[in-house]
Amino acid sequence: MLETGLIIRALMRNKIGALLIALQIALTMTIIVNAIFMIQDRQTKMQRNSGIDEDNTFYLTNTIFGQDYNIQAALHTDLDTLRKTPGVIDAIQINAIPLSGGGWSSGVQTEMGENKDAIGTAIYMVDDHAINAMGLELIAGENFSATDIQWRKSGQSTWPSKVIVTKALALSLYPDDWHTALGKTIYISQNQSIEIIGILKALQAPWNGWDGVERSMLVPFQMESKGSRLFIRTEPGKRDLLIPQIEKALAESDKGRIIRRLRTMEETRERSYQRHNATNKILTTVVITLTIITGFGIVGLAIFSINRRTKQIGTRRALGATRGQIMRYFMMENLLISGVGIFIGCIGAVGLNMWLVKTFQLSPINIELILFGIIALFIVGQIAVLYPARKASLISPATATRTV
Amino acid sequence: MFSYYLRLAWISILRHWGLSLLMICAIGLGIGATMTTITVNYLMSANPIPHKSEQLFYVQLDSWDVNEPYDDGLNPPVQLTYTDSTNLMKANKAFRQNVQAQAYGVIEPADKDLLPISVTARANSADFFAMFDVPFIFGTAWSEQADIGKEQVIVLSKKINDQVFGGENSVGRTIKFDNNIFKVMGVIDLWQPKPLFYDISTGAFNESEDVFVPFSLIAEEKIRRSGNTNCWKPSGDGMAAFLAGECVWTQFWVELNSEQEKQDYMTFLNAYVEEQKQYGRFERPLDNRLSNVMQWLEQQEVVADDARMMMAMSLMFLTVCLLNTIGLLLAKFLGKAPEIGLRQALGASKATLFSQYIIESACIGLAGGLLGLGLSFLGLIGIENLYGEYMQGLATLDLTMMVLAIVLALVCTVLAGLYPTWRACNISPAQQLKSQ
Repeated sequence: MLETGLIIRALMRNKIGALLIALQIALTMTIIVNAIFMIQDRQTKMQRNSGIDEDNTFYLTNTIFGQDYNIQAALHTDLDTLRKTPGVIDAIQINAIPLSGGGWSSGVQTEMGENKDAIGTAIYMVDDHAINAMGLELIAGENFSATDIQWRKSGQSTWPSKVIVTKALALSLYPDDWHTALGKTIYISQNQSIEIIGILKALQAPWNGWDGVERSMLVPFQMESKGSRLFIRTEPGKRDLLIPQIEKALAESDKGRIIRRLRTMEETRERSYQRHNATNKILTTVVITLTIITGFGIVGLAIFSINRRTKQIGTRRALGATRGQIMRYFMMENLLISGVGIFIGCIGAVGLNMWLVKTFQLSPINIELILFGIIALFIVGQIAVLYPARKASLISPATATRTV
Repeated sequence: MFSYYLRLAWISILRHWGLSLLMICAIGLGIGATMTTITVNYLMSANPIPHKSEQLFYVQLDSWDVNEPYDDGLNPPVQLTYTDSTNLMKANKAFRQNVQAQAYGVIEPADKDLLPISVTARANSADFFAMFDVPFIFGTAWSEQADIGKEQVIVLSKKINDQVFGGENSVGRTIKFDNNIFKVMGVIDLWQPKPLFYDISTGAFNESEDVFVPFSLIAEEKIRRSGNTNCWKPSGDGMAAFLAGECVWTQFWVELNSEQEKQDYMTFLNAYVEEQKQYGRFERPLDNRLSNVMQWLEQQEVVADDARMMMAMSLMFLTVCLLNTIGLLLAKFLGKAPEIGLRQALGASKATLFSQYIIESACIGLAGGLLGLGLSFLGLIGIENLYGEYMQGLATLDLTMMVLAIVLALVCTVLAGLYPTWRACNISPAQQLKSQ
């Protein structure tokens, strides 16, 4: 370890060069640790389960414009046609689509009256086929029966008396034990009582950026509205075949409406997370380019410093230093510079994260990532200096005798 | 002298081509990344109506629940209740005023060969068109009388006029919209403010509407409204109860021509809210706002967090690239110590040496800037592809941005070159000559 002192003394003679590299490493560490953190954060969000059988479901928008249109009868005909179509598992009318970005929400509370804490939840108005048509999993209680379903006029403010909630909503209402939610009466619109008759494992709300995205509620309503959506689940592998077929059948059966925006759940998920995906790709590019730039910066400066010290290296070789020793010298030098840089980088990474937490409401970084950053940058530094160090070790001892 | 230094720089860049290339690439990447993100931020925060943005004001009133303030009491609700916006409209206290909401419906072309078209609509007042300088191809806006008289009149976008009337002058003709017959008053040219400042309640970069109809028709249920609706108090059944309820879903803009007019309008708003308090509404403390276009966009944080975060990241990226450049320039210039010593001994002054090496840095900066410009073109194409619709029209380099890219590259490299140049100029000639 005698060498370390020597290296430090040599470094002190060219402080600026070493400092520049250290600063570069520090900034690189700051950026990549935070970038990877953000990538991971988005990935976790994207991997959350929507609760739906996404591979085999799609939906369409039904816009009615015909005069004297019998909405109730038309809906019955449509659902009948769809449910009888070979390859279709089930179909429902629904007011909003999970992850699509547009939908309804409302507050529900465990106590009646004004000024009580209400918990926001997404509202899905569906009939008793919903669990089957969306591929949901009921983990407690029971499904609606056909007699529970009511017609909802547009602008109606009263609610049906039974609902099915997700486990996440049950847990928000009854933080001690979600099981206890079953059979309880809760209140919507401050004072209308509704009873929880079933609990779903999962069903996401329409808004992926909402912190209550796991909170949803099924309400037994069929909507007497001129604009609604039909949600259809097919047997595995038959979806793409059935989409055009169903579009044609529905459009031709009734000229008083427009069938449009046929979209699969898969596509909805993709669109929903398109910005997350894009940001992740950009951040990945940043991480890779930055590492490469820093790596090359190290190579460039190391080669330069070796060129300047050609004669000294030759002298050391002439005095008996082995190739390995020369190589070790430069590797060790890099290790020291990197160490300083990484130390500043750790402070920087935490600092930047604190700023991000404050400005963009990100969550605080985890220690594993910082450790990863430390190791990764030490390795990058060592790899980058490998070629220059090898070049230095190949300097012939005879150089010592030459002038310039 | 300048051309001589340029030639020297060229020779020096070629001699150390590896090092030079590394610097040019580093600067190019740094500038490319920075310009890409700056452009996106610049376009997102652009002033969509520069000549009038100081005269147009968005009105906010705090009509929210006294127990659970909107936005934790930081800002009043984003929209107004129907009651308030129609009251303000009736008061008619501003130079121009516009109440508006989003709507939708189906147009059935008279030509039976054409399919019905599902359209987005804006329900607004007559002043909308004059306030926001909407460009007309045919006809004009409807009159204030039409608003009050609840006349079934419509203004079409170019797109719809092309589809339904084949692009002809359709003023005076009729069109069937949601089973009602509307008279076409005008056709507007392509008009797509970015951001869509007049209504950012459902996204700041949405497309402008297909058709425009009088707001007063919503209460008549001649038009179906859509858009963001937020209620803190349950309202009863039916349209009348909904309109009278405490739901915010309308937006209100006024045009005021002077600071005095603005103050007068604020006084009026405060008086209005005080009056409403007597009816048991507006239980929260007085918090009325008049925000001009840019203040409004800022309050609503139109520039996406992602874009701001990326810009911060790319600026740090650029810093890394510059540190890299400083280091490499230092290496390069100090490597020339013997040459510098010789030149000094032959009578070159520090000033001469300084300008020579600064010019060399600037050359590298220029090359890096050009590379960066190319990379930012690619970067923006990439961003547009990755983000899709959301970034449409937000990822184009205009002349300002191109000039900025080059200037940024030059300034950065010259600044990066300062220290290495200074070190190079301070080499003592005697020592260099001695060691030769």
